[in-house]
Amino acid sequence: MAKHNSLAPEQNRSRVYYTICCVLICLIAFTFLFPLYWIITGSFKTKTEILSTTPVWFPSEWVSINYENLMSKRSAPLFSFEALGYRITGPTVPAAIRWLLNTVVMSVSSMLLTCLTAAMAGYALAKKRFYGKTILFSLIVCAMALPKQVILIPLLREMSALGLYDTLWSVIIPIVGWPFGVFLLKQFSEGIPTEMVEACRIDGANEWRTFTDVMFPMIKPGVGACAIFTFINSWNDYFMQLIMLMSTEQLTISLGIATMQGENSTDFGLLMAGSALASVPIIIVFLIFQKYFTKGITMGAVKG
Amino acid sequence: MVKNQVSYNNRQRRLVMQENIAAYLFLLPFLFFFVGFVLYPMFMCVYTSFFDATMGREDIFIGLDNYITLFQDEVFWIALKNTLLIVVVSVPITCAFSMWVASIISKMSVAATSAFRCIFYLPVVTGSVAVTMVWKWMFNNYYGIFNYLGKDVLGILDKPINWLGDERYALGCIILILLTTSVGQPIVLYVSALDNVDKSLVEAAEVDGATSMQAFWKIKWPQMMPTTLYILVITTINSFQCFALIQLLTSGGPNNSTMTIMYYIYYNAFKLYKYGYGNAMGVILAIIIAILSAIQFKAGQEK
Repeated sequence: MAKHNSLAPEQNRSRVYYTICCVLICLIAFTFLFPLYWIITGSFKTKTEILSTTPVWFPSEWVSINYENLMSKRSAPLFSFEALGYRITGPTVPAAIRWLLNTVVMSVSSMLLTCLTAAMAGYALAKKRFYGKTILFSLIVCAMALPKQVILIPLLREMSALGLYDTLWSVIIPIVGWPFGVFLLKQFSEGIPTEMVEACRIDGANEWRTFTDVMFPMIKPGVGACAIFTFINSWNDYFMQLIMLMSTEQLTISLGIATMQGENSTDFGLLMAGSALASVPIIIVFLIFQKYFTKGITMGAVKG
Repeated sequence: MVKNQVSYNNRQRRLVMQENIAAYLFLLPFLFFFVGFVLYPMFMCVYTSFFDATMGREDIFIGLDNYITLFQDEVFWIALKNTLLIVVVSVPITCAFSMWVASIISKMSVAATSAFRCIFYLPVVTGSVAVTMVWKWMFNNYYGIFNYLGKDVLGILDKPINWLGDERYALGCIILILLTTSVGQPIVLYVSALDNVDKSLVEAAEVDGATSMQAFWKIKWPQMMPTTLYILVITTINSFQCFALIQLLTSGGPNNSTMTIMYYIYYNAFKLYKYGYGNAMGVILAIIIAILSAIQFKAGQEK
């Protein structure tokens, strides 16, 4: 009893400390949310409100003039590709629409390709025994620890030599080659009991069936994490896009906004509209798949 | 695989071969991309650093000249100094801040933890371009809210400051933005590490009369060491790579005060088309990062 009493002040003190910390964290969280709030409200403000020296905290009237400006600045065909010797060009639309489409195509293709290749490779690395396994795995870890941007110069020359420069492929392919997904899914596959795979083999399924019917369903959560991680990272991989893409109809949305910034550097309304267009879709995707995403981050870190 | 090699009969050998073939078939698609577009460029990066390489003509072998020029290049040293400054300031703050936030929010309800985790991750998801644009506006010397807050609300500033155009403040502003975009991942990692701490040990310590501070430092901290180590390594790498902020906000200026190695590589390779020189810098950057990571791992293992 006496001991309990002596503990009380200490408990009180730690409760006070905890409450103060909570309040502080709420305040800091507010400042973290503020830029996003500023982007979204800013994109709907009138020019006078944007350029007033006393900030207008909430737009007095919501206008869409910034979005109209953004849409009318440049235009590009909605799609264009060559088939059977003919060049097929879609209707001309505001460039921002094309950029958004490009970004979606880029992110989705790199996501699908990464998930497929990484699931297969992760399975092989976790469950198969083969010559050169240790070397391959250490190469993967080393590559992950190095800054990705260092290889951009040789990559650019390689893409030019392959004739892929200024196409979306030049951005997709390096992302697929980046070994983080393989690392993630190797970790995940290791958690699946080997007996399952062996039982399947004994029952007479071939290698491919074992993978598609037994292994893949079980590593699905891992694949989900890998998918959302790749999607968000490729959406935001600005440096690579900056170097690989050039012509108006090949830009991604963030690159397009960055380019516009060069021409209209103080038209903040326009830039905010562009930023909202670039960030709101990806934030929605993030919020929907948040659980998988968190899992992906933590799983990729369990290095041991 | 090698044990019992003596007793291998033909069937066993065939099975091993089969497994090898199957494994490589599964690895093939990934290896195509990995070898072709990661390992090969890495090799080329080192290789081309010994050449005078630019657009539209054959590379000329010049041995170590790129590296010699590099070490005599004043701007390179400024860039190196700025980069290290960014790393030295941002890495400890990021780690300490995210651990503090994680230790508080992990005690909250599940929904609150998840909400805060999301909020602190938002700047990362928002994307570097959008984040940079909005900060550019907030730092603007006429219309930015920082000058408004400093001058009209708090009254610390007597005249508006050109935050990004002033040598004294530009790098500080960059570091501030970098901090907001780099704490997201560490917080997620720390929250999950704190969840995985052996609860029975903490309870036992509390029964024995340990204060929460003692419980934290003596029990939770050692168990989170691997996470801390990982966070140190990734934040270091991230700080070295800080690029979009600088390219979009200051282009390395004013007067090279925000010039970093990453931006200088970009400037040389993609503005001046000195590919070989850029690669040489890339090699040096990779070596620095490798050394720092190795030191952090060594230090972590000794503890």
